[in-house]
Amino acid sequence: MSAHSLIMALMGGALIGLACVLLLLALGRIAGISSLMSGVLAGLMAFNFDSHLRWRLAFLIGLPLGALSVSALGWSEWSHIRMQVGLPLTIVSGLLVGFGTALGTGCTSGHGICGMARFSLRSLVATIIFMVGAAVSVFILRHIIGGA
Amino acid sequence: MIALIALVIGVVFGAGLTLADMVNPQRIADFFDVFGTWDATLAFVMGGALMMALPGFWLVRRRSAPLFDDVFHLPHVTQLDRRLILGALIFGLGWGIGGFCPGPAIAALASGLIEPVVFTVSMVGGIFLARRLVLDRA
Repeated sequence: MSAHSLIMALMGGALIGLACVLLLLALGRIAGISSLMSGVLAGLMAFNFDSHLRWRLAFLIGLPLGALSVSALGWSEWSHIRMQVGLPLTIVSGLLVGFGTALGTGCTSGHGICGMARFSLRSLVATIIFMVGAAVSVFILRHIIGGA
Repeated sequence: MIALIALVIGVVFGAGLTLADMVNPQRIADFFDVFGTWDATLAFVMGGALMMALPGFWLVRRRSAPLFDDVFHLPHVTQLDRRLILGALIFGLGWGIGGFCPGPAIAALASGLIEPVVFTVSMVGGIFLARRLVLDRA
């Protein structure tokens, strides 16, 4: 890991943390992306386009806009992105992530950052478990199946 | 107004994810590859986020209410249950396969690549299945 990517990691992380604090300050809400998605899906399925749906959707639309701003400023390049698996496993991965975060009420942002920041035992336990789960998958893919 | 505030905060969040290269699945997989090409980036990103969020949350929660709502909407469940543990495990296994968690996948929709689109659609399918098969039944 280079000094440049270390600084970018800290700065990027600080922006993510700042966004979590701002959402709590402004709207009193937890910036958990999987929960926001689940909320948007529930609203759409019930044809309920009230303010609960709108602010969640607006936040989610902000994510790729933020990514676009950073790449427009030349601070990040999409060309260096390396996918780890093909499309079939991407689908499997997406299904597991969606199902798991809905069942476990949170993902890296909701449990890993917001939950940890408010000393939630549930979030600490969830974070440890999903970190271990991810390590298991990477180990299997890279060292057992991949043989790398 | 509320939606505009949420949009701006989402932009800050997405910019952070992209600056930190969390939109790159290889970074994520490398973090978990302790026995291979280990890369500490994810730890620094979470460290940087907690450096802001720990004091920030403490300060904000000293207020009696948020700026644009009457109450704070915080999770009130404290019990460790089977759903939490099983859900976190399933999420982790999926995260390790594709290298995307929900936020970075949605931010990476801006890349124009096909994988984030396929991942995001599948993730919505997964949430839908969890609601239909488990959550909405209880």
